[in-house]
Amino acid sequence: MARTVLPFGPQHPVLPEPLHLTLTIEDEIVKEAIPKLGYVHRGLEKLAEIRDHTQMIQIVERVCGICSTLHAMCYCQGIEALMGVEIPPRARFLRVVWAEMHRMHSHLLWLGLFADAFGFESLFMQFWRIRERIMDLQEATSGNRVIVSVNLVGGVKRDIDAETARWILDTLKIVEKETLQLKSTIMDDFTVKSRTVGKGVLTKEKAYELGAAGPTLRASGIVQDMRQTGYAAYSELDFSPVVETDGDCYARTVCRFNEIFQAIDLIRQAFAKLPAGELAVKAKGLPNGEVVSRVEQPRGEVLYYLKGNGKKFLDRLRIRTPTFANIPPLLDMLPGCDLADVPVLILTIDPCISCTER
Amino acid sequence: MFMTTTVLKNLLTKYATRLYPFTKKETFKDVKGELKIEMEKCILCGVCQLRCPSQCIAVSKQEKTWQVDPFACVYCGICVDACPVKCLFQERLYRAPLAEKDMVLYVQEEKAPAAR
Repeated sequence: MARTVLPFGPQHPVLPEPLHLTLTIEDEIVKEAIPKLGYVHRGLEKLAEIRDHTQMIQIVERVCGICSTLHAMCYCQGIEALMGVEIPPRARFLRVVWAEMHRMHSHLLWLGLFADAFGFESLFMQFWRIRERIMDLQEATSGNRVIVSVNLVGGVKRDIDAETARWILDTLKIVEKETLQLKSTIMDDFTVKSRTVGKGVLTKEKAYELGAAGPTLRASGIVQDMRQTGYAAYSELDFSPVVETDGDCYARTVCRFNEIFQAIDLIRQAFAKLPAGELAVKAKGLPNGEVVSRVEQPRGEVLYYLKGNGKKFLDRLRIRTPTFANIPPLLDMLPGCDLADVPVLILTIDPCISCTER
Repeated sequence: MFMTTTVLKNLLTKYATRLYPFTKKETFKDVKGELKIEMEKCILCGVCQLRCPSQCIAVSKQEKTWQVDPFACVYCGICVDACPVKCLFQERLYRAPLAEKDMVLYVQEEKAPAAR
């Protein structure tokens, strides 16, 4: 049969955000995919010229609606490096707690959306019900549900007292139990497996060559996690990256599912080792020089390039988000798959288009 | 088969959702809600206006007014932390939805001249 060109997106039931793919199909088999981005560009990097370096924290938090605290954390780490500020140990551990809460709620959100992508709506609701507990933890500890706004240049704004910490740990026990109850459904169900196993295989070599990031990379068998670099308090916590070897949709699902338990474990460790002390130090001076700051987000590695010139405003702010890194691997996975599997494949890289276009 | 226990449990337990607006969620302590000001304490210094990342606050010293655009406010609480006289505070509730956009204007009443 002749080749047909089919536009996929930017408005598609499975995509929460606008991504357009021009698919060339032959007998319902995808032969070629060309992406088109630029529907939600907001020019947030340019704002660094008219908002000073402390106001930019609130702006970079809004780059992504899901991993807000990790963007702010990455930005603050960069500014702290430029200004030569050492943050107090308690602030480092509290940053880990909020970062891991974000990882959990992001993965639970993704697992729900993924279940919805292949039409398993009740599983979607089950995951989102669990996620609501994490949202409550975030609202109670920071004052906001998603954009928690706790990071400062030099530390954190809010404290978590012992009583709240106990409540958080109790809630995490319930979250762990409820998530485990869904394990057999997402991992052993015949229907789920028929949509995920062997679909969209990304080999280890290809993943490395195309520069994949986060669970997309680790599901292909590459042990790489930015948290291993030991930023914040990760150097004092015991963990090893969650790795799968198959590189298909199923491996990426399992990888994200297991990272929820890793995040719970890291929060427990962080509370067990939480030192007493102050929350923030006063940052003196102005950022000067250039630095690259990297943080592991739920979707993968985010990279901030900051250039200061000794003034209030930054010379340049450049953000490379994990979805940007994961689009080339996606284009490698798509040729050869069924048209019906395209939504599932797109979702397995956990695309965040607003992040990518900033 | 894997979902059978979950389905049975869902049938036998109460709702996972709330029947809003009849039952409302109890808010947590220190939730960052609507931005308010105690106008009599305000010294109209304009620090909040300078620090606000979304530039939603407008302070006028001449007219003795303090204005906020609640639709531009991002509930970050920077102004509350920055206020030198602590006259700003955030309610525990968010603003109720409205059909039309408006600005919230506070005017400071003339104070009696302080005795010298």
